[in-house]
Amino acid sequence: MKKKATLLSTLAGVCMLFGLWQLLALLIHRPILPSPIEVVPLFLKNIAGELGLHFLASAARVLSAIALATLLAAPLGLALGQMPKLDRVVGPLVAIIYPIPKIIFLPVIYVLMGISDLSKIILIATIIFFQILVVVRDEAAGLKQELILSVKSLGAGRRALFRFVYIPASIPAILTALRVSVGTAVAVLFIAEQSLTSYGLGYYIVIETYQVLLYPEMYTGIMGMGMLGVLLYLGIYSIERKLSKHMFVE
Amino acid sequence: MIDIQELFFHYGNGVDLFRNFSLQVNRGEAWTMIGPSGCGKSTLLLIIAGLKRPTAGKVSVGGQHITRARPSTGLVLQDHGLLPWATIEKNSRLGLEVRKFYGPDGKHSPADLKFDKDDDDQRVNYWLNWLGIDNLKTMYPSQLSRGQRQRAAIARTLVLQPDLLLMDEPFSALDAPIREELQKVMNNFHLESGLTSLTVTHDIEEAVVLGEKILILNDRCNSKPMILENHFFGKSEKRNSSEFNDRCRALKSILMNGRSGPE
Repeated sequence: MKKKATLLSTLAGVCMLFGLWQLLALLIHRPILPSPIEVVPLFLKNIAGELGLHFLASAARVLSAIALATLLAAPLGLALGQMPKLDRVVGPLVAIIYPIPKIIFLPVIYVLMGISDLSKIILIATIIFFQILVVVRDEAAGLKQELILSVKSLGAGRRALFRFVYIPASIPAILTALRVSVGTAVAVLFIAEQSLTSYGLGYYIVIETYQVLLYPEMYTGIMGMGMLGVLLYLGIYSIERKLSKHMFVE
Repeated sequence: MIDIQELFFHYGNGVDLFRNFSLQVNRGEAWTMIGPSGCGKSTLLLIIAGLKRPTAGKVSVGGQHITRARPSTGLVLQDHGLLPWATIEKNSRLGLEVRKFYGPDGKHSPADLKFDKDDDDQRVNYWLNWLGIDNLKTMYPSQLSRGQRQRAAIARTLVLQPDLLLMDEPFSALDAPIREELQKVMNNFHLESGLTSLTVTHDIEEAVVLGEKILILNDRCNSKPMILENHFFGKSEKRNSSEFNDRCRALKSILMNGRSGPE
């Protein structure tokens, strides 16, 4: 059972964050930490223009990576979870690759896949892929034999087991894996966008603002990237609330 | 109803659980099956359910040779097997959904199956109501007590109108009062419907209350079934009488001595 996040608690968190920011800005009192009173209006103004395009570019990359990773990892995880023999062969490899930080392959992917959006998307997708693969596999493997037997006794063959047991069992697992991994995904996106592109929040924060000392503008980029993470998290969370109601019952 | 001919079964270790074992169960009879753990009770039940293949021999149910789960056989296991992500109502409809998914193919669902939404709804409500859990329809299994979950599992099976009900230690995880109540529920159900049933148990009293015939298995290889005729079936009110206790004691001594023959 999970704790519910309410609208009120989210708003309270946002208010506290801005309060803390303001407090720190007053205490430190240097250009590198401008006050939210200056940054927030600038953010609201710029998001309708150039900053909005950077935001959309980043969002599109993360969302495509999520889609790509889910489409590949979920079926493979289901297969591994159901075929212990195959899992025994592939399992050790997965266990070794899983904790390796995928960002280190950035140069390799650039050389192999070329300097395109696709290479950035694939890098992020690789991270999410392993997260989903592992949880879906464990979820499918952890389904009790008694559950499978009783559904079989209701007439279910392989196809119905997929439709009524394996797929509904793995959806909550996929969502949890996504929710946990979007933070890392956005972090990797930030690094990947610092070079070889001219759109994206990572590019905006480092190249367009930080390096030319436009600190308030840089903070609008930071706010954008923070928002991207929060929105993805909350988006996945609300889908979870809808699709996995049983995990939120009192 | 159930016809087992010359059944052989062993697991990977090569020790035969059943060797040349034959058994007939007539339509409308309520049987219980008892024996020490590891004697093959659950295995035999799963073979009859079509979920385990015998090493050799032939099992027929209702005249049909069993090679896979038979659509009109109902199965209730000790661990209810409800879907944790579905409400009690959705869970009790699961069998209907599976049948709808395949259509009347005679393999996964009866060939003469008709879909009538009103009829299905009515049946689901009838059994939920009959088992006293119609007020829990919108709840999830994790919100229910064990007894309530087991009732839901029974409802899910009965909604499919089985002609044979197989149960594997259905009440053994329940507290004594709830267990006795559910045993009474199943007794009444048998009297009302005349459904053929076979219940696996390790509880001597339960074997006596639920079975008009008691099949006793032992932990060595089973080849000749030991069957005890039992007139205490459904007489749970006699639970404390001395005759009932004598019957339980007799059954216990047979179980302890293995193959000493009934009475």
